[in-house]
Amino acid sequence: MSYADTLPKQRPFGETTRPDAWWLQPLVVFLGFSAFIIYSTWAAFQGIGDMHTGHASYWYGGHGADYLSPFYSPEFWGVSGHALLGSTLPAWWPAWAPFSPAFLILWVPGGFRFTCYYYRGAYYKSFWADPINCAVGEPRKKFLGERYFPLIVQNIHRYFFYLAALFIVLLSYDAWKAMWFETDGVKHFGIGVGTLVMILNPIFLGLYTFGCHSLRHLIGGFLDTKSKAKTCGKAYSCVSCLNRKHMMWAWVSLIWVGFTDVYIRLCATGHLTDFVFFKL
Amino acid sequence: MNKTVTFRIWRGDATGGKFVDYTTEITEGLVVLDVVHKIQATQANDLAVRWNCKAGKCGSCSAEVNGMPKLMCMTRMDTLNTDKPITIEPMRAFPSIRDLATDVSWNFRVKTKIKKFKPRAPDAADGTWRMQQEDVDRVQEFRKCIECFLCQDVCHVLRDHHLHDEFIGPRFLVYTAALEMHPLDTENRLPELKQAQGIGYCNITKCCTKVCPEHITITDNAIIPLKERVVDEYYDPFGWLWKKIRPQG
Repeated sequence: MSYADTLPKQRPFGETTRPDAWWLQPLVVFLGFSAFIIYSTWAAFQGIGDMHTGHASYWYGGHGADYLSPFYSPEFWGVSGHALLGSTLPAWWPAWAPFSPAFLILWVPGGFRFTCYYYRGAYYKSFWADPINCAVGEPRKKFLGERYFPLIVQNIHRYFFYLAALFIVLLSYDAWKAMWFETDGVKHFGIGVGTLVMILNPIFLGLYTFGCHSLRHLIGGFLDTKSKAKTCGKAYSCVSCLNRKHMMWAWVSLIWVGFTDVYIRLCATGHLTDFVFFKL
Repeated sequence: MNKTVTFRIWRGDATGGKFVDYTTEITEGLVVLDVVHKIQATQANDLAVRWNCKAGKCGSCSAEVNGMPKLMCMTRMDTLNTDKPITIEPMRAFPSIRDLATDVSWNFRVKTKIKKFKPRAPDAADGTWRMQQEDVDRVQEFRKCIECFLCQDVCHVLRDHHLHDEFIGPRFLVYTAALEMHPLDTENRLPELKQAQGIGYCNITKCCTKVCPEHITITDNAIIPLKERVVDEYYDPFGWLWKKIRPQG
């Protein structure tokens, strides 16, 4: 008789003696993540139409503002003034394939969040029910964990971190550009509601990104004697400080990056007027 | 304030069992273990329950109270809803012996398979070592473990999938982390962690952290850092290259 045969039989899916609302947390996470995935996919696909019409719904330039949606930054090819390489698609892009500037970049933040240790735990529970919550029966008997393909790919999280950190720099630059309003060809420093929204975006994303578990390891966690590398030790403490609230910043940054796109899109499509506090 | 409460206690052994209801009066300040002892003394003299210190330090009275792994001696009655029956059952990740007592000996067999502490050569002529407090801060958290095995019980890899032969569980990942991150230790446990001890089975549900009575941040401070060390060794080509070409010294 194997050891497993001596254990209590596996409970069926959802069976538990927990009397609390154990289903609520995975449900909220499922709805939250689903809402973001659906919205961001829809927002990314809007760029296809924009390429045809020549009007960017992801960029707002009213009253001299310069607000670029974070879903479209950096913009390599596109129809806003931010496009680094113009609006003519490169020859290597297949003619039959629809193109949106967001397609080229969203895989980076998407990959970073998909492989993030917090998100992994959260979506394994809420999307895959493996387990749906602690001490609650599971739907499947077989379990491979992250030992085999495809989930073994989660181990590349640190590479997504490197790219995500670069995006913080790029989005900070976008926030900087959002502080300048053009009038008659001259740029004036100013602050609008959109500016504040765009300033908070890289801040929240930075608080999430720089609390990353992989960064915590790479910056000092790999050392057993941090006293011999004081800088690493201090950096490790800083990252650990952010890491303790990693889940909170994951949610705050997710909601805010989505809100930033919503705000700029509403302004760009004329549904909202950006209020400018002052222009120098 | 006295109140009559129903307790639904699992009675049985390895061959099977069932929940039996016991109704008893509780008073202010009781913990679940007190009530179990009262039921044992007045209504079920043959009720098997393991306990020792009654202070949350021996890890003996581990069980599942209202479906969640808890130390019975540290679960105050005023934290539970006494308007409904309170269920008390044995840990599900280990074989049942009788009633609330389970056979946790598998854990001790696992521990013997983990490579022992292997310190570097002594720093001083008298055979002693010198360590900085900041270097041992991290592993001291892991030394708080009382081996109650509640984390093992709640881990779905063991509890539901019964992968005891391929996964050592959160308790022993914490134990390994305490050795692996020790400033004096020179042993390499990464090959075993990846293969025989199955760290890749952990899918970061954080249930182990949630139930730890010593509030050890098991997932964030022990398991994920070990996973990252395994990534260093086996899944990071640039890291591997850097280790080959970096200045030695």
